[in-house]
Amino acid sequence: MLVLTRKKNESLIIAGDIEIEILAIDGEQVKIGIKAPKDVDIHRKEVYLAIQEANSEAAGQPLALTALDQLKDFKK
Amino acid sequence: MKITTKYFGEMDILESDVIRFSHGIPGFPDETAFIFLPLTEDSPFTVMQSVSTPGLAFITTSPFLFFPDYSIDINDQTVEQLAFESASDATVYVILTIKEPFQKSTANLAAPVLVNHAKQLGKQVVLEKTRYTVSHPLFEQGGVQDARAHAQEK
Repeated sequence: MLVLTRKKNESLIIAGDIEIEILAIDGEQVKIGIKAPKDVDIHRKEVYLAIQEANSEAAGQPLALTALDQLKDFKK
Repeated sequence: MKITTKYFGEMDILESDVIRFSHGIPGFPDETAFIFLPLTEDSPFTVMQSVSTPGLAFITTSPFLFFPDYSIDINDQTVEQLAFESASDATVYVILTIKEPFQKSTANLAAPVLVNHAKQLGKQVVLEKTRYTVSHPLFEQGGVQDARAHAQEK
Protein backbone atom coordinates (compact mmCIF):
# COMPACT_ATOMS: atom_id res chain seq x y z
CA MET A 1 0.00 0.00 0.00
CA LEU A 2 1.24 3.45 -0.90
CA VAL A 3 1.27 5.71 2.17
CA LEU A 4 1.32 9.50 1.82
CA THR A 5 1.02 12.19 4.46
CA ARG A 6 -1.39 15.06 3.79
CA LYS A 7 -2.51 18.09 5.75
CA LYS A 8 -5.93 19.67 5.91
CA ASN A 9 -6.96 21.13 2.53
CA GLU A 10 -4.29 19.15 0.70
CA SER A 11 -5.27 16.74 -2.05
CA LEU A 12 -4.30 13.66 -3.97
CA ILE A 13 -4.84 13.10 -7.66
CA ILE A 14 -5.41 9.55 -8.85
CA ALA A 15 -5.23 8.54 -12.51
CA GLY A 16 -5.50 12.17 -13.59
CA ASP A 17 -9.19 12.62 -12.99
CA ILE A 18 -9.92 11.59 -9.40
CA GLU A 19 -9.20 14.10 -6.65
CA ILE A 20 -9.31 13.28 -2.96
CA GLU A 21 -9.12 16.21 -0.58
CA ILE A 22 -8.74 16.23 3.19
CA LEU A 23 -11.46 18.69 4.24
CA ALA A 24 -11.31 18.46 8.02
CA ILE A 25 -9.60 16.52 10.77
CA ASP A 26 -11.25 16.13 14.14
CA GLY A 27 -9.62 13.66 16.51
CA GLU A 28 -10.18 10.20 15.03
CA GLN A 29 -12.46 11.45 12.27
CA VAL A 30 -11.34 12.68 8.89
CA LYS A 31 -13.68 14.38 6.46
CA ILE A 32 -12.76 13.59 2.87
CA GLY A 33 -13.99 15.20 -0.34
CA ILE A 34 -13.88 13.22 -3.56
CA LYS A 35 -14.16 14.50 -7.10
CA ALA A 36 -14.43 11.74 -9.68
CA PRO A 37 -15.93 11.07 -13.11
CA LYS A 38 -19.59 10.05 -13.05
CA ASP A 39 -18.93 6.44 -13.94
CA VAL A 40 -16.80 5.94 -10.83
CA ASP A 41 -18.85 4.55 -7.96
CA ILE A 42 -17.64 5.37 -4.47
CA HIS A 43 -18.81 3.49 -1.40
CA ARG A 44 -18.02 3.17 2.25
CA LYS A 45 -16.08 -0.08 2.34
CA GLU A 46 -18.12 -1.78 5.08
CA VAL A 47 -21.36 -1.10 3.17
CA TYR A 48 -19.87 -2.44 -0.06
CA LEU A 49 -18.52 -5.56 1.68
CA ALA A 50 -21.95 -6.28 3.15
CA ILE A 51 -23.48 -6.17 -0.35
CA GLN A 52 -20.70 -8.38 -1.74
CA GLU A 53 -21.31 -10.90 0.99
CA ALA A 54 -25.08 -10.86 0.44
CA ASN A 55 -24.58 -11.40 -3.31
CA SER A 56 -22.17 -14.26 -2.73
CA GLU A 57 -24.59 -15.92 -0.34
CA ALA A 58 -27.51 -15.47 -2.73
CA ALA A 59 -25.46 -16.83 -5.66
CA GLY A 60 -23.87 -19.68 -3.79
CA GLN A 61 -27.07 -21.50 -3.15
CA PRO A 62 -27.43 -24.82 -4.92
CA LEU A 63 -31.11 -24.19 -4.07
CA ALA A 64 -32.66 -27.38 -2.73
CA LEU A 65 -35.30 -28.81 -5.05
CA THR A 66 -37.93 -28.41 -2.37
CA ALA A 67 -37.17 -24.69 -2.16
CA LEU A 68 -37.29 -24.37 -5.94
CA ASP A 69 -40.64 -26.18 -6.04
CA GLN A 70 -41.97 -23.92 -3.34
CA LEU A 71 -40.79 -20.92 -5.34
CA LYS A 72 -42.48 -22.22 -8.49
CA ASP A 73 -45.71 -22.94 -6.62
CA PHE A 74 -45.79 -19.42 -5.29
CA LYS A 75 -48.20 -17.58 -7.51
CA LYS A 76 -48.92 -13.91 -7.67
CA MET B 1 -27.90 -16.79 -29.06
CA LYS B 2 -27.72 -19.98 -27.02
CA ILE B 3 -26.85 -19.88 -23.33
CA THR B 4 -26.84 -22.45 -20.55
CA THR B 5 -28.80 -21.47 -17.48
CA LYS B 6 -28.82 -22.60 -13.86
CA TYR B 7 -32.53 -23.37 -13.67
CA PHE B 8 -33.79 -23.84 -17.23
CA GLY B 9 -30.98 -25.75 -18.96
CA GLU B 10 -30.02 -24.57 -22.42
CA MET B 11 -32.01 -21.65 -23.80
CA ASP B 12 -32.19 -19.59 -26.94
CA ILE B 13 -32.27 -15.92 -25.99
CA LEU B 14 -32.43 -12.70 -27.92
CA GLU B 15 -29.39 -10.46 -27.89
CA SER B 16 -31.83 -7.57 -27.42
CA ASP B 17 -32.96 -9.01 -24.05
CA VAL B 18 -29.46 -9.04 -22.58
CA ILE B 19 -28.89 -6.38 -19.92
CA ARG B 20 -25.42 -4.87 -19.64
CA PHE B 21 -23.93 -4.17 -16.21
CA SER B 22 -20.85 -2.13 -17.10
CA HIS B 23 -19.03 -2.80 -13.82
CA GLY B 24 -20.62 -6.13 -12.96
CA ILE B 25 -22.20 -6.31 -9.51
CA PRO B 26 -20.49 -6.24 -6.08
CA GLY B 27 -18.63 -9.51 -5.64
CA PHE B 28 -18.92 -10.32 -9.36
CA PRO B 29 -17.10 -7.49 -11.17
CA ASP B 30 -16.59 -9.51 -14.36
CA GLU B 31 -20.24 -10.46 -14.78
CA THR B 32 -21.35 -7.71 -17.12
CA ALA B 33 -24.27 -9.37 -18.89
CA PHE B 34 -27.43 -10.79 -17.36
CA ILE B 35 -30.81 -11.81 -18.65
CA PHE B 36 -34.04 -11.63 -16.63
CA LEU B 37 -36.21 -14.74 -16.99
CA PRO B 38 -39.53 -15.31 -15.18
CA LEU B 39 -39.31 -18.43 -12.99
CA THR B 40 -42.71 -19.60 -14.22
CA GLU B 41 -45.38 -17.92 -16.29
CA ASP B 42 -47.24 -16.25 -13.43
CA SER B 43 -44.51 -16.26 -10.81
CA PRO B 44 -43.61 -13.15 -8.81
CA PHE B 45 -39.99 -14.34 -9.05
CA THR B 46 -37.55 -13.54 -11.81
CA VAL B 47 -34.25 -15.31 -12.38
CA MET B 48 -31.33 -12.96 -13.02
CA GLN B 49 -29.12 -15.27 -15.05
CA SER B 50 -25.52 -14.54 -16.01
CA VAL B 51 -25.12 -14.82 -19.77
CA SER B 52 -21.51 -16.01 -19.52
CA THR B 53 -21.60 -18.20 -16.38
CA PRO B 54 -24.27 -20.93 -16.46
CA GLY B 55 -24.04 -21.60 -12.72
CA LEU B 56 -24.54 -17.98 -11.71
CA ALA B 57 -28.15 -16.96 -11.26
CA PHE B 58 -30.00 -14.95 -8.65
CA ILE B 59 -33.62 -15.29 -7.64
CA THR B 60 -35.13 -11.81 -7.64
CA THR B 61 -38.52 -10.25 -7.20
CA SER B 62 -40.19 -6.88 -7.40
CA PRO B 63 -39.76 -5.33 -3.95
CA PHE B 64 -43.14 -3.63 -4.25
CA LEU B 65 -44.98 -6.98 -4.20
CA PHE B 66 -43.63 -7.90 -0.79
CA PHE B 67 -42.90 -4.48 0.67
CA PRO B 68 -45.61 -2.12 -0.61
CA ASP B 69 -44.02 0.86 1.15
CA TYR B 70 -40.58 0.28 -0.37
CA SER B 71 -39.09 3.40 -1.88
CA ILE B 72 -35.64 4.48 -2.96
CA ASP B 73 -34.00 7.65 -4.12
CA ILE B 74 -31.91 7.25 -7.23
CA ASN B 75 -29.05 9.71 -7.50
CA ASP B 76 -28.22 11.68 -10.64
CA GLN B 77 -25.18 9.54 -11.31
CA THR B 78 -27.31 6.39 -11.55
CA VAL B 79 -29.96 8.15 -13.61
CA GLU B 80 -27.25 9.11 -16.07
CA GLN B 81 -25.54 5.71 -16.08
CA LEU B 82 -28.80 3.91 -16.82
CA ALA B 83 -30.11 6.56 -19.24
CA PHE B 84 -33.39 6.94 -17.36
CA GLU B 85 -35.59 9.66 -18.78
CA SER B 86 -38.53 9.08 -16.47
CA ALA B 87 -39.33 6.89 -13.48
CA SER B 88 -41.31 4.57 -15.74
CA ASP B 89 -38.07 3.58 -17.53
CA ALA B 90 -36.88 1.89 -14.34
CA THR B 91 -37.61 -1.68 -13.37
CA VAL B 92 -36.60 -2.50 -9.81
CA TYR B 93 -35.59 -5.99 -8.67
CA VAL B 94 -34.25 -7.14 -5.32
CA ILE B 95 -32.03 -10.20 -4.92
CA LEU B 96 -33.36 -12.91 -2.64
CA THR B 97 -31.50 -15.35 -0.46
CA ILE B 98 -33.65 -18.47 -0.43
CA LYS B 99 -33.54 -20.20 2.93
CA GLU B 100 -34.65 -23.54 4.25
CA PRO B 101 -37.47 -23.39 5.23
CA PHE B 102 -38.57 -21.16 2.40
CA GLN B 103 -40.52 -18.89 4.76
CA LYS B 104 -37.21 -17.72 6.22
CA SER B 105 -36.01 -16.31 2.87
CA THR B 106 -34.71 -12.77 2.80
CA ALA B 107 -34.51 -9.88 0.35
CA ASN B 108 -31.62 -7.49 -0.13
CA LEU B 109 -33.44 -4.17 0.06
CA ALA B 110 -30.25 -2.18 0.61
CA ALA B 111 -28.91 -2.91 -2.87
CA PRO B 112 -31.72 -3.08 -5.43
CA VAL B 113 -30.97 -3.97 -9.04
CA LEU B 114 -32.18 -1.23 -11.37
CA VAL B 115 -32.76 -2.01 -15.02
CA ASN B 116 -33.59 0.10 -18.04
CA HIS B 117 -34.94 -2.70 -20.23
CA ALA B 118 -35.40 -0.49 -23.29
CA LYS B 119 -31.77 0.62 -23.20
CA GLN B 120 -30.53 -2.79 -21.94
CA LEU B 121 -28.67 -1.19 -19.03
CA GLY B 122 -28.54 -2.40 -15.45
CA LYS B 123 -26.83 -1.70 -12.17
CA GLN B 124 -27.00 -2.97 -8.63
CA VAL B 125 -27.27 0.22 -6.65
CA VAL B 126 -25.68 0.35 -3.22
CA LEU B 127 -27.90 2.65 -1.18
CA GLU B 128 -26.04 4.82 1.31
CA LYS B 129 -27.58 5.81 4.63
CA THR B 130 -30.59 3.60 4.14
CA ARG B 131 -32.91 2.09 6.73
CA TYR B 132 -33.11 -1.06 4.58
CA THR B 133 -30.91 -4.09 5.21
CA VAL B 134 -29.26 -6.68 2.97
CA SER B 135 -31.34 -9.45 4.52
CA HIS B 136 -34.87 -8.31 5.13
CA PRO B 137 -37.30 -11.18 5.91
CA LEU B 138 -39.52 -11.71 2.87
CA PHE B 139 -42.49 -12.95 4.84
CA GLU B 140 -42.98 -10.47 7.59
CA GLN B 141 -46.12 -8.94 8.99
CA GLY B 142 -48.41 -10.60 6.48
CA GLY B 143 -46.13 -9.72 3.57
CA VAL B 144 -47.49 -12.62 1.54
CA GLN B 145 -51.07 -11.52 1.98
CA ASP B 146 -50.07 -8.05 0.96
CA ALA B 147 -48.48 -9.42 -2.18
CA ARG B 148 -51.54 -11.47 -3.05
CA ALA B 149 -53.90 -8.59 -2.41
CA HIS B 150 -51.71 -6.41 -4.58
CA ALA B 151 -51.69 -8.97 -7.38
CA GLN B 152 -55.48 -9.28 -7.27
CA GLU B 153 -55.88 -5.56 -7.66
CA LYS B 154 -54.21 -5.70 -11.05
